[in-house]
Amino acid sequence: MTSYIGTATSRVDGIAKVTGAAKYAAEFNAPGLLYGSIVTSMIAKGRITRIDPSAAVRVEGVIDVLTHENRPPMADDDNAYKDEVAPLGSPFRPLYDDRIAFNGQPIALVVAETSEVARFAASLVRVDCEEEPHVTDVNRDAAVPVKSPTNPFEALFAPPKTRGRPEQALAAAAVRHAGEYYVPIEHHNPMELFAATAMYEADGRLTVYDKTQGVQNVQRHICSAFGIEPEDVRVMSPFMGGGFGVGLRPQFEAVLAVMAARALRRSVRVVLTRPQMYVLGYRPAMTQRIAIGASKRGTLEAITHDAITVTSQHEDFFRQETGWSGLLYTCANASYAHKLAKLDLPTPCDMRCPSAATGVYALECAMDELAVALRLDPLELRLRCYSERDQNNDRPFGSKALRECYRQGAEAFGWNKRNPEPRSMRDGGDLVGWGMATGVWDAFQAPITVRIVLSANGHAEVACATSDIGTGTYTIMAQVAADMLGLPLENISIKLGDSSLPQSPVEGGSWIAVSVCNAIATTAGAVRDELLRLAKQVPGSPLANIAPGEVALADGMLVGKGDPSRSVSIADAMRHGAVDRIEQEKTTSPADDPARAHNTHAATFAEVKVDDELGVIRVTRVVSAVAAGRILNTKTASSQILGSVVWGIGMALHEETLIDHRLGRVTNANIAEYHVPVNADINDIKVIFVEEPDDSNPLGVKGVGEIGIVGVAAAIANAVYHATGRRVRDLPITLDKLRL
Amino acid sequence: MTNIRADASSPFHEPTRRETVAAGGVLPVAAGSSSGAAAVPSIRSTAPEMVSVSLTVNGRTHAVVLDTRTTLLDLLREKLDLTGTKKGCDQGQCGACTVIIDGRRVNSCLTFAVMYDGAQVTTIEGLANNGALHPLQQAFIEHDAFQCGYCTPGQICSAVGLIAEGRAKTADDIRELMSGNLCRCGAYTNIIAAIEEVMRRP
Repeated sequence: MTSYIGTATSRVDGIAKVTGAAKYAAEFNAPGLLYGSIVTSMIAKGRITRIDPSAAVRVEGVIDVLTHENRPPMADDDNAYKDEVAPLGSPFRPLYDDRIAFNGQPIALVVAETSEVARFAASLVRVDCEEEPHVTDVNRDAAVPVKSPTNPFEALFAPPKTRGRPEQALAAAAVRHAGEYYVPIEHHNPMELFAATAMYEADGRLTVYDKTQGVQNVQRHICSAFGIEPEDVRVMSPFMGGGFGVGLRPQFEAVLAVMAARALRRSVRVVLTRPQMYVLGYRPAMTQRIAIGASKRGTLEAITHDAITVTSQHEDFFRQETGWSGLLYTCANASYAHKLAKLDLPTPCDMRCPSAATGVYALECAMDELAVALRLDPLELRLRCYSERDQNNDRPFGSKALRECYRQGAEAFGWNKRNPEPRSMRDGGDLVGWGMATGVWDAFQAPITVRIVLSANGHAEVACATSDIGTGTYTIMAQVAADMLGLPLENISIKLGDSSLPQSPVEGGSWIAVSVCNAIATTAGAVRDELLRLAKQVPGSPLANIAPGEVALADGMLVGKGDPSRSVSIADAMRHGAVDRIEQEKTTSPADDPARAHNTHAATFAEVKVDDELGVIRVTRVVSAVAAGRILNTKTASSQILGSVVWGIGMALHEETLIDHRLGRVTNANIAEYHVPVNADINDIKVIFVEEPDDSNPLGVKGVGEIGIVGVAAAIANAVYHATGRRVRDLPITLDKLRL
Repeated sequence: MTNIRADASSPFHEPTRRETVAAGGVLPVAAGSSSGAAAVPSIRSTAPEMVSVSLTVNGRTHAVVLDTRTTLLDLLREKLDLTGTKKGCDQGQCGACTVIIDGRRVNSCLTFAVMYDGAQVTTIEGLANNGALHPLQQAFIEHDAFQCGYCTPGQICSAVGLIAEGRAKTADDIRELMSGNLCRCGAYTNIIAAIEEVMRRP
């Protein structure tokens, strides 16, 4: 019997993706489909005094122009727009009223028979505005402390409590480092344009193909915004061309497509342009101040971490950026503070490893600077501060193989050959720098429901409303189901990305693999129990007196674990039970385990080469050693880490959203001027998965979507310092900042 | 009170299409087939200008009448139901729309369909042969050279073009010559491994 869990299984949806057969949100067709083109505001704050669509409406092929003045009715209270992951505040409502809250806000939708006509006509909509003064640049003095949490979800993001006497300990410390670090606004820029196709059916029901990381989150949002019964809207997303967090909350393409379909009683597709995607959400810009006090031996006495992040005027989006500093290393005295700068911008949102990617970047650069001050190897410093407990909550870790990440990563990289002196290593005309950093992220599990239908012919359908945003969910679900049901992989079919399937949370935070795969195991256990009940009815059943825990499913049979000769085939059991299928649906929740901390860890080692004359920086080598529990699929998990490292390289050297503060408008809202890493930017990346047995959930899984990015930007920044002797504390590190 | 024209990111603001034709002649077919060559302002309220185009896609000839503004990408996706070719930016920045026209790799979003009357176009749907995957398609699966899959058809078509061009000799060459195809999932190292494997086959 083949076991699939833990192997390098190729993606089960691979053929669909390489042949172009995989269909994304804008690729589903309906008879008489109409096309919507969005008109956006060109001021950052104010009021629409007049919208004149008359020139647009005169264009042949235009069906209608929807604005706040003629749209169908929508709910008028904030709660109707709150979604599963909404922050505190008042969610944005497209075409709701005459208010303009940010530049690029959608203010009209032109609907036409073709996309060409819609787009042309959208350019003819005339809008008069009353402009009000706006603020899009951070004024530190105006920043306000984050509000206290009002529920368990918000409590995840509040800064941890102060411990000890950090200010006094800092003042008394033998060696101190304090620094301010800056991360700019960054945008997700998934490759697929955000799009929704709303299919209007004869009875008025809607099927909406949407680009989203949570079909049920979108379905509930649409139902409550428009007052539609749940059975009248089905949201589908079988494939998603990249999410990275920007598809967690319902976005306005879905609301607009549904709005137009209901107004016109026709099927409507809305596709955003690339520039329009820059108002969907972003990684908030962040200014952080870290101070560390240490003994001369390199143990930490105190750490303080203060952050200011940006948010919109209408919602308080923030994550727990600062607390990682007191979690990662042993330190008796720690304090954290987090303020928000409220700006006339769209609300930020989660972006790959929100909070840790940025907060740990600052911490890990600060640790490197402390190592320099102590004249200590940066890796040795981290080993001297190694923490066996989560001191923020005073509890042990469920598992933590970070020490092994350091060891294996350093060995693969050749860290022991590093000359600690900056500018000491060269390769021809290039300065060579080696830097390292630690990564940490949470290992979450969420309640989720899985349905399995096993047929007598040994095929099984596994269904859950979760999403595969490219992470490989289809594949790992099939692997786990095949192993648990004892069937070949090709006998498993996976259904996901459909709001009518059993319950799933949004796909994010690295929680889906652990949640859905454990739920498959639970549900497969229920299928096995039912099969055993039937098998016992077979005359002279060899399994007559066996307990459920003593049988397993293997090779299409129920088999005694201690005695493989005792077996009944699936087909025989079903035949004697007079059934042709067994259906089980089970909800699986995480174990109640507050006494232990659950985290993933990583150690990243990076080599940069910097042109001594021009300052051009290239990342030539990265080794990422990851401890994330049991790895379900070494091929797809490795791809997640590779992708995260590429993101870290982008964060370190390329990515920055620029705003013209006079206009409050993004000036580089496209992927030529917003630089994401291209193929030529990426060289050698090695991924190591360190063994980390974990009993926090039956499969011992932790999830790998976020952990790979944490520490990468810091490792590169530290390598740039080592290469050049220049410490750049604001990202991205562009050659002008090096001033070589 | 400010008076602002709304922004629809439209390529049809100014100059008008007719001025573009007069200035650069980038739409020869449209110019040749225009019926009411009237004054410029009328463009704002008249019907789309339609032209007949015939082109061969994956070995099949399609004769279509289309709006002169239709890009080759939109023709494929919206009219011919060949949605394997992807739209990632619609402005020539990402390469997701790469197809092969008369042997060359081309960003189909930067290409008006009318410019390719009579051309031979190969899209991702045309690479497999009687159900057998193209070697690059197989190699992309083996090397996990994608995650979300959205840039994948463009990457594969671009790699087909790259190998046919014969300019790439080293992995660095491939990296450089594949840099017009963005992959936000960051599968670049696996993309290189897949292309190298196919390129080095006898």
